[in-house]
Amino acid sequence: MTPATAGGGADSPYALSHLDALESEAVHIFREVAGEFERPVLLFSGGKDSIVMLHLALKAFAPAPVPFALLHVDTGHNFPEVLAYRDRTVARHRLRLHVASVQEYIDAGKLRERPDGTRNPLQTVPLTEAIQQHRFDAVFGGGRRDEEKARAKERVFSLRDEFSQWDPRRQRPELWQLYNGRHAPGEHVRVFPLSNWTELDVWQYIERERIELPEIYFAHEREVFRRNGMWLTAGDWGGPKEGETVEKRLVRYRTVGDMSCTGAVDSDATTLQAVIAEIAASRLTERGATRADDKLSEAAMEDRKREGYF
Amino acid sequence: MTSTTEHLSGPLSATTLLRFATAGSVDDGKSTLVGRLLHDSKSVLADQLEAVEHASRSRGQQAPDLALLTDGLRAEREQGITIDVAYRYFATPRRRFILADTPGHVQYTRNMVTGASTAELAVVLVDARNGVVEQTRRHAAVAALLRVPHVVLAVNKMDLVDYAEPVFAAIAEEFTAYASALGVPEITAIPISALAGDNVVEPSAHMDWYGGPTVLEHLETVPVSHDLAACPARFPVQYVIRPQTAEHPDYRGYAGQIASGVLRVGEPVTVLPSGRTSTIAGIDALGRSVDVAWAPQSVTLRLADDLDVSRGDLIAPAAAAPATTQDVEATVCHVADEPLTVGRRVLLKHTTRTVKAIVKEIPSRLTLDDLSQHPEPGQLVANDIGRVRVRTAEPLALDAYADSRRTGSFLLIDPADGTTLAAGMAGEAFAATTTAPAADDEGWDF
Repeated sequence: MTPATAGGGADSPYALSHLDALESEAVHIFREVAGEFERPVLLFSGGKDSIVMLHLALKAFAPAPVPFALLHVDTGHNFPEVLAYRDRTVARHRLRLHVASVQEYIDAGKLRERPDGTRNPLQTVPLTEAIQQHRFDAVFGGGRRDEEKARAKERVFSLRDEFSQWDPRRQRPELWQLYNGRHAPGEHVRVFPLSNWTELDVWQYIERERIELPEIYFAHEREVFRRNGMWLTAGDWGGPKEGETVEKRLVRYRTVGDMSCTGAVDSDATTLQAVIAEIAASRLTERGATRADDKLSEAAMEDRKREGYF
Repeated sequence: MTSTTEHLSGPLSATTLLRFATAGSVDDGKSTLVGRLLHDSKSVLADQLEAVEHASRSRGQQAPDLALLTDGLRAEREQGITIDVAYRYFATPRRRFILADTPGHVQYTRNMVTGASTAELAVVLVDARNGVVEQTRRHAAVAALLRVPHVVLAVNKMDLVDYAEPVFAAIAEEFTAYASALGVPEITAIPISALAGDNVVEPSAHMDWYGGPTVLEHLETVPVSHDLAACPARFPVQYVIRPQTAEHPDYRGYAGQIASGVLRVGEPVTVLPSGRTSTIAGIDALGRSVDVAWAPQSVTLRLADDLDVSRGDLIAPAAAAPATTQDVEATVCHVADEPLTVGRRVLLKHTTRTVKAIVKEIPSRLTLDDLSQHPEPGQLVANDIGRVRVRTAEPLALDAYADSRRTGSFLLIDPADGTTLAAGMAGEAFAATTTAPAADDEGWDF
């Protein structure tokens, strides 16, 4: 092999910035799936990671349209601003959207509300049934390995059995950029194009590409109340209860999830640059700061992933 | 891991990415080193540290166990071992890092191969009290086989040998001689104590005799190889983009990631395996039209002529196109539990092309401990490394792995259930600069 020093360092005309390298890798992953699978689908929650995924998919196949549909698992407790963003985006890019509704499952008696009112864990059943019903064979998710220690173990192509289960002890080795997507009928592959991105990478990319986000990511006045150390949005979904008082605060969200378990952070960051500065200075991870479901136990994420959650 | 303020002091868009892997046997202190790198580079955030402190206390430990930062699975924490490769992320003002944290446990070879396959640098850890042991040689050999351009020897636990220079010097010399003979192009030895923090992120106050960089300094400054651009261009076609819309009625683009080299508009190219030729009429780099593009950019090529080109084809400069072959000679690392046997029918995945293949011969199996070779082993079992001859149903445009990690590598896949059986590297096993020191009298026919 040529001595590595021959090509030069960051000054080389052929150097790629880390954002370009991550973008190129993610696009490669999208195209591999489009080339090898029959029925891929992209999980779209209206959160920043899925928004970045959609942006990358639009770039990967341009000037042709994105060759797969979107799937949103609607917990029934979504932020209205996020649903509006979702519908706007779908219309603008003429995408197809499938919705799997947790509320419908509850209304039909197929799922029962949890005592703590959290609906995030309830998404697993509608998600896996939608995958089976539509016979999706590849499901893009916005999971990043930096989010959580169980996710740090996740492959880019992650094989799931007919029950959508993840078995961390039986993962395929993933070598070079040779992704192995072969699967038996009924099985599918979860694909994570943003595996190697960090939260800051996502924000820097959003800034560079001037990607529009739902307003809740930026500081705004909102009626919130305190529960388990987090600021939750007051609303019909189940808050505040007795003893919890609503107050108006200047807040923003770092993640977008179910209203029952996604907390807001105090913030006066109203621009992308201010958000990036705030995240860079934060001493808390995004999940540690704002996700109640990950605090349920030391292995909460791993346990949910084993059952088919992302 | 999420990051800290420090990134903002550097030019954000200009930072480069270094992918590296760690290797070390069970008690060499690898988890401590990784924990120390993350912790001392301030890549561990308050809630993560709090979770580790809480878990350590509930286990009755006095001090926070930094290994809990990296052992992410229930079973790993229960058993106190690392089962599978995990990927970690951290950054300094100079560079961003993706660390493949590979377990040193029983299944060492396939795990290290997995981690090293995308790494530009490998850190091999040894215990200063034990020096170079079999496991160290194995790690050096895997790094050499996988052609990892830079190897760092981290001589750990220097605090337990009184920070003595001669101990370090002897280990560094032995390792460097061994790894150089295998063809590892660049070796850097660093004396450290991961537990005490000597020479990991901060320079040691105990080793005045050492004038080199700390581990982190070296990681920050080692040149990220752009020699990919100096190689002949290789463009595996991933996907054909044909919008067939009113706006783009005739657009026909070949989407892919440039595996090596540089492509320019106007350049004459050959499409393999058909051998038809054309010229590059346009390059679309994710929304921008450009005149030149290079590895590893994902782009879309348009050709001047209307050729039949599809996924699995390879576009290369007409002047430097690879030969095609149906007889592949390679070194493979067997990664599946089920053995690989002569006569086995498999699928071979090379770049974007998957073809039927049959294992014709397994001429030898390599013993990594002493680099001796065992002729005609009949089969390869999990973690074995061996030479194979494979016949493919269709011709492949395969480079030697020594020339291109991307177009010289392949997978063998079980056609029945899709299991990845083996990781393949075409051509010679090691960079044959000199004879390997530990080879036995029969020498090498690799």
